[in-house]
Amino acid sequence: MDDPIIVGIRNLNVTAGKNPILKDINISIPRNKITVIMGPSGCGKTTLLKCMNRLTDLYPELKVTGEVMIDNKNVLEAHEDIYKIRQQMGLLSQRPYPLPMTIYNNIAYAIRLRGVHNRREIHRLVVHYLQQANLWDEIRTRLKEPASRLSIGQQQRLCLARGLAVNPEIILADEPTSALDPISSQAIEQTFLKLKNNYTIILVTHILRQARRIADHVVFMYMGDVIEQGSVREVFENPKMEKTKLYLGGTFN
Amino acid sequence: MTRGQKIEERFFKVLMFLSTFFILAILAIIIYSIFEKGIRSISWEMLTEIPSGGYYYGKGGGILNAILGSLALASGATVIAFFVGLPVALYINVFLIRHKKIVGMVRFLLDLVWGIPSIVYGAFGFTLMIFLGLQTSLLAGTITVALFILPIMIRSIDEIVRTAPIGLQEASYSLGSNKSETAFRILTRQSVSGIITAILLSFGRAIGDAASVLFTAGYTDHLPNGLLEPVATLPLSIFFQLASPVPEVQNRAYASALVLTLIILLVSLFSRGLGKRYHKTKINF
Repeated sequence: MDDPIIVGIRNLNVTAGKNPILKDINISIPRNKITVIMGPSGCGKTTLLKCMNRLTDLYPELKVTGEVMIDNKNVLEAHEDIYKIRQQMGLLSQRPYPLPMTIYNNIAYAIRLRGVHNRREIHRLVVHYLQQANLWDEIRTRLKEPASRLSIGQQQRLCLARGLAVNPEIILADEPTSALDPISSQAIEQTFLKLKNNYTIILVTHILRQARRIADHVVFMYMGDVIEQGSVREVFENPKMEKTKLYLGGTFN
Repeated sequence: MTRGQKIEERFFKVLMFLSTFFILAILAIIIYSIFEKGIRSISWEMLTEIPSGGYYYGKGGGILNAILGSLALASGATVIAFFVGLPVALYINVFLIRHKKIVGMVRFLLDLVWGIPSIVYGAFGFTLMIFLGLQTSLLAGTITVALFILPIMIRSIDEIVRTAPIGLQEASYSLGSNKSETAFRILTRQSVSGIITAILLSFGRAIGDAASVLFTAGYTDHLPNGLLEPVATLPLSIFFQLASPVPEVQNRAYASALVLTLIILLVSLFSRGLGKRYHKTKINF
């Protein structure tokens, strides 16, 4: 793999009490590619994602050690600057969590956190990000409505727009289509393909077909271990490990 | 469904119906008796004048001193309790999120002080007053009542903020919000309608309590000219009128109770309306 690396994870261990959740993880994630982390439920995919922007802080039972390097900074050792570091990563969670405010303010809030306070500039950016997330045409007349009125699929695209609005380099997506209908899922996938020129996308999924459709780079995890990683072609067409073969063959999921 | 299940189902259905009916009936009787006895004695004079000399023996005047006194004292106490209580509730839920044991202990202690009878707060307030060199006054009463309703305020807000899903906090942090932004801008907004209920609950306790103001706010037939003067309150006014040997004055006590009930009703309706306005932006998870 010769692509420039944006996220380098070394010797990452996460335990919850005495139970190991992630065991000695070492992975490199290439810049401006879609990296898919796949594996059966409970294999630690989501925890791995949360280590990257350190949302693990919210879970007192988790103990995290090792290195998560993003742009040569160890996220796990950050103190006050963690809030700035998190802005390098937009988050899309399993189900949308819009903020309890209007559609417009959901995006404007994120833009203000970036330090932009000029009202015109904010408006221009709100429109821009809603367009990027393929939502603008549907809601252009409803900007002042509470975000809670949107459908789940629209809410998820709103969350994507909001994630882009902090101007991140990376998009972390945790099974972002699992709560969505097929049409909304497709809209999200297509937006990802469009976005990968400018962003690095790290997508957690257990949908094999989705992984195959959009991944450039694949990490396969099982029970807290990384079993195999490589380009989508290597992993899907010529898996080296027995577990990967079984998983791709549908023996377990 | 087997026969046994059918009987069980019917039994509990009847039990639930009876309990509900029982509670509603008691409530109706209370409200009816207050209305029935109070409405005859209530008059414009009663609402707009302070007691004349000999009011408690059947002469003219009203309870304006107690109405305004109670409103001022309860509002002041509620405002103080809110501005202290909201940050505490948010601190518990945002800043102490990694310290489950401490949070559990804080909640336990708050529940404990919630249960302390208001007369104990009155006595404590009295000790505090002596320490600070204060006399019975609006200020002393307000502070004591604020202390008394503080645990109610904190725990009610806390229970509401707690129901916000962790995913909302994650979303907030992922945008680069720090902890205070997450607390005051996101969680507070999500909880507005519940916070209004907490304020209402605290206000109701504050305006309805007699024991905590007995030694601290004192009682007077006049309107206070400042924070450091004694002030009348509705519960004490009701008590003094009921204690009168004159039946007519006793009926005025019911009229005063009616006024108190109506104040609480109006505040409830107002806050419900306010809560509905903010309910729209709340995300239902």
